[in-house]
Amino acid sequence: MAACDAAGIDIPRFCYHQRLSIAGNCRMCLVEVEKSPKPVASCAMPAGPGMKIKTDTPLVKKAREGVMEFLLINHPLDCPICDQGGECDLQDQAMHFGSDRGRFTEMKRAVDDKNLGPLVKTVMTRCIHCTRCVRFATEIAGVQDMGITGRGRDSEVGTYVDKLLTSELSGNVIDLCPVGALTSKPFAFTARNWELKNTESVDVSDALGANIRIDSRGAEVMRIVPRLNEDVNEEWISDKARFQYDGLKRQRLSVPLVKGKDGGFRNAHWSEALLAIQQALKGVKGNEIKAIAGKLSDAEAMIALKDLMNRLGSGNLQHEAGFSDLDADVRSNYLMNTGISGIEKADAVLLIGSNPRLESPVFNARIRKMWLEGVPVYLIGSQVDLTYAYTYLGNSPEALTKVLKNSDALKRLKEAKRPAVIVGPGVLKRSDRDAVLQQVHGLVEKAEVVKEGWNGYNVLHDAASRVAALDIGFLPSARASAAPPAKFVYLLGSDDWQESDIPEGAFVVYQGHHGDRGASRADVILPAAAYTEKSATFVNTEGRAQRTKEAVPKPGDSREDWQILVALAEVLKQPLPYKTLNAVRERLAEVAPHLQHVDEREAPIWLNGEYFKAFASKAGKAAASNKEFRSSIDNFYMTDVISRSSQVMAKCVQAKGSMRQGSYAS
Amino acid sequence: MLSRGSKRAVAQLQTGVLRAFSAAPGTVTTPVPHEKTSFGGLKDEDRIFTNLYGKHDPFIKGAMARGDWYRTKDLVLKGTDWIISEMKKSGLRGRGGAGFPSGLKWSFMPKVSDGRPSYLVVNADESEPGTCKDREIMRHDPHKLVEGCLIAGVGMRARAGYIYIRGEYVNERLALERAIKEAYAKGFLGRNACGSGYDFDLAVHYGAGAYICGEETALIESLEGKQGKPRLKPPFPANVGLYGCPTTVTNVETVAVAPTILRRGPEWFASFGRKNNHGTKLYCISGHVNKPCTVEEELSIPLKELIERHAGGVRGGWDNLLAIIPGGSSVPLLPKRICDNVLMDFDALKEVQSGLGTAAVIVMDKSTDVIDAIARLSYFYKHESCGQCTPCREGTGWLYDIMTRMKKGDARLEEIDMLWELTKQIEGHTICALGDAAAWPVQGLIRHFRPEMEDRIGRAAERIAA
Repeated sequence: MAACDAAGIDIPRFCYHQRLSIAGNCRMCLVEVEKSPKPVASCAMPAGPGMKIKTDTPLVKKAREGVMEFLLINHPLDCPICDQGGECDLQDQAMHFGSDRGRFTEMKRAVDDKNLGPLVKTVMTRCIHCTRCVRFATEIAGVQDMGITGRGRDSEVGTYVDKLLTSELSGNVIDLCPVGALTSKPFAFTARNWELKNTESVDVSDALGANIRIDSRGAEVMRIVPRLNEDVNEEWISDKARFQYDGLKRQRLSVPLVKGKDGGFRNAHWSEALLAIQQALKGVKGNEIKAIAGKLSDAEAMIALKDLMNRLGSGNLQHEAGFSDLDADVRSNYLMNTGISGIEKADAVLLIGSNPRLESPVFNARIRKMWLEGVPVYLIGSQVDLTYAYTYLGNSPEALTKVLKNSDALKRLKEAKRPAVIVGPGVLKRSDRDAVLQQVHGLVEKAEVVKEGWNGYNVLHDAASRVAALDIGFLPSARASAAPPAKFVYLLGSDDWQESDIPEGAFVVYQGHHGDRGASRADVILPAAAYTEKSATFVNTEGRAQRTKEAVPKPGDSREDWQILVALAEVLKQPLPYKTLNAVRERLAEVAPHLQHVDEREAPIWLNGEYFKAFASKAGKAAASNKEFRSSIDNFYMTDVISRSSQVMAKCVQAKGSMRQGSYAS
Repeated sequence: MLSRGSKRAVAQLQTGVLRAFSAAPGTVTTPVPHEKTSFGGLKDEDRIFTNLYGKHDPFIKGAMARGDWYRTKDLVLKGTDWIISEMKKSGLRGRGGAGFPSGLKWSFMPKVSDGRPSYLVVNADESEPGTCKDREIMRHDPHKLVEGCLIAGVGMRARAGYIYIRGEYVNERLALERAIKEAYAKGFLGRNACGSGYDFDLAVHYGAGAYICGEETALIESLEGKQGKPRLKPPFPANVGLYGCPTTVTNVETVAVAPTILRRGPEWFASFGRKNNHGTKLYCISGHVNKPCTVEEELSIPLKELIERHAGGVRGGWDNLLAIIPGGSSVPLLPKRICDNVLMDFDALKEVQSGLGTAAVIVMDKSTDVIDAIARLSYFYKHESCGQCTPCREGTGWLYDIMTRMKKGDARLEEIDMLWELTKQIEGHTICALGDAAAWPVQGLIRHFRPEMEDRIGRAAERIAA
């Protein structure tokens, strides 16, 4: 079949999927092969030299018509009320191979629907038993929950016991299902797919930058589906990326708000709000100003904020959640140097303080894929179910020291041709980060993780904005640590700041799209656009710059982040030298040229491994404590303002909780 | 018996005479192999299964007295190539139903291992309705099978053998397990089997009683502990089989006759039956006969002679015969007119659009409701379809639904043609042969008993009208 696809010949199919194992059970792809008495399933037949394959003979047509008739006899005729209608493989192919009238006069089969949790809706009577979902769950998601029970006409796809689908990738079965048996529960009965506007964009729920398509109707995002990008997300996205969109409609900030004397917010015009900021800044010295960028901030906003702050005389910039003083001079220090798809070339993997299943489920599926091919995985970190087996080496910097001294793992990494070390975001947030990283770099050096033509040192980030922040140097300046307590704090979509970041009595401006922790602390609130409402640049964990597109209009009076900052700069009489989005991007390119190369991955320069050597010999500020490694994410379904506002995500948390308490706890 | 013997003598005389006249003087003449024209009446001394009816001790003492395990070491030492060539010469065709030449099949196994071991898997999941031949072997002559496993194992360079026996065969399993234990105790199996220096282990695994697990790849899946659902071919088991290793799956009877063939010579075995259909075979005769039985007979024996001689004839005489299913439930039935003079072998039955299958002869006399009988078979296939691929999963159920109506006559005349088309839509479009097996009986019914079906539909219509 792959050969026919390459030759541009379309062969109908249901069960075949290029990323799943071959099942050969739908029998729709039958073709005639010369010298074979029976038609053969093209998906399972290896093409040979000189093989003559006929795909449009009467025999083939008849065989496919026969199969189609069999598929349809037990498939309900409920297309008008089926959410798959319009994008249903069965519907499309029935137009080609189906008869215009049925001759099946018996009773149709009916199957009980299964409860797969709050995300996937099942109408199992529609199932044609292609087993794509079963194969996806077992092979890619790595959960052995789904399968076929019963046999013959009584076969049913489902979870063997009444159990929810406990995967962070479960939503992908919706796309895989060729019929309407598995559909999206939040999307159910809300729109027909042909009335949706498709916008190709990028996901910001984690640092992977999965490519997505935003389907919208009017001002509303109706659903989000993955887009194919072999180098990033293949064709999967996590459940958070797919289902958090309902959070975009709740808790939104749509008008500027200014805190009155009574402590309550009142609606304000933009000019009022900006003037209030101007008032507050009067008499505040440059080094008393501080800016904190959030997880979802785009590069354009951060460069504008950085420029504005510098003009105001402040270098006190930081990225939220204790990430402020990472050494960002050398790009390979904070990137995934192998690349996301490049990790598959590795032949041994060591995870340090990372739980990729929560930090980036789609990336975790890649590690699982490698593990299935026999690549050994070692873990220093919390001992959790990663959907694949690993050698557990402990969960503290002490374990790291032990590994460094002498161990099988070190030996294996050293023997490997292309070893990879993956450092999780949890490590970078530790107070003893430098000491731990020093050990990690020592390990990198000792195990020869960085060598000619291969840099296996990887950092996995957990927030979409982080790499861009580091790339453009959104970091505290050298003198920032000596600055007095801030009197004015500018929060750029930051909600996960530490209590110590904002001193008591400081004037706080919150610019963002959701009313959350940041907004509740603010004195002035400036409403901004969310990622579905603007064109903005994000850099993913491997250093690939990608752009979102405007899919829906911004709600109310909200504006794009960079516009707000340009306007504020005008009011503050410190005008920024750009007025258009393109001009902002030109400025971005001045600071970090690779941000201009959208969809391309700018690999960091290879410093012959010298950097790591230098780092290893650099004296650490503090000795490593013995605190256990923790992933930066406890709750996969709620990591940022959008997912925290999403009811669907809340239901996921609830479902998971009730399952833990239930009798099928895993 | 006498008449047959004398006929043969006459035939020999004739060929001798002809040869004498045709041969040029002074030239060496190669003897023309005599072409047999009549078959059946297997003599006792030519029987392979000498304890088929359990009259003697089935275990090691009795088995050795009957000649099992006699100089097995020498057979093993003769080596793989010799075993394969002898098997090829004997013309033995697989006894499980498809009739693939056994020697050829065994020779498909890799000659040089790539590091993976090879396995022999014996298919003792005898579930074809009407078939009960392997059962007799396993409970009354288990050592024939155990010894055969060693020989076949050597023939295909297998390190170990697995016998997959259906769960319902409890006593058979016990007998077999005892026989294997005895063989181990005697040193016939295990390390240095029979003192030949060859290591061969044998294990029994019992299934849970699914018909589909008799399909070779489904059997392998089941043996691996998975759901018994057939695999796609290629790759064939000889390349990727049990646990991903080269494997050959063979029927019990095929394996069990191997040692005797090697001992008595392939020529002896090939002297039975017609060309390409050599040897002896176990027939299981059931249904409306006076004495249902399992009997070893020569291949190519006329069906009528088989029933008259061994099964005591059809109930109520041959003229009371309605139809016969000659090879287990999955082959199309034959009406009396064809049964009168058809021969029981692979090719002859294929010519009349049926098949030898497992040689399970199911006899139906005129008291049978033939439509109901086939409807019952359709139920069986509907029940046993594994549900993996579309045509079989949906088709077998549909066939059964229609057959249920057909037996009451609750159908339209056009539906007979539709039924025929449906069977054609299933046949050949599935992963394994179960789809074919479900389609054939219905095809046989329509081919030979269409008037009955039409008649029933007509009468039902009249009844409704009245």
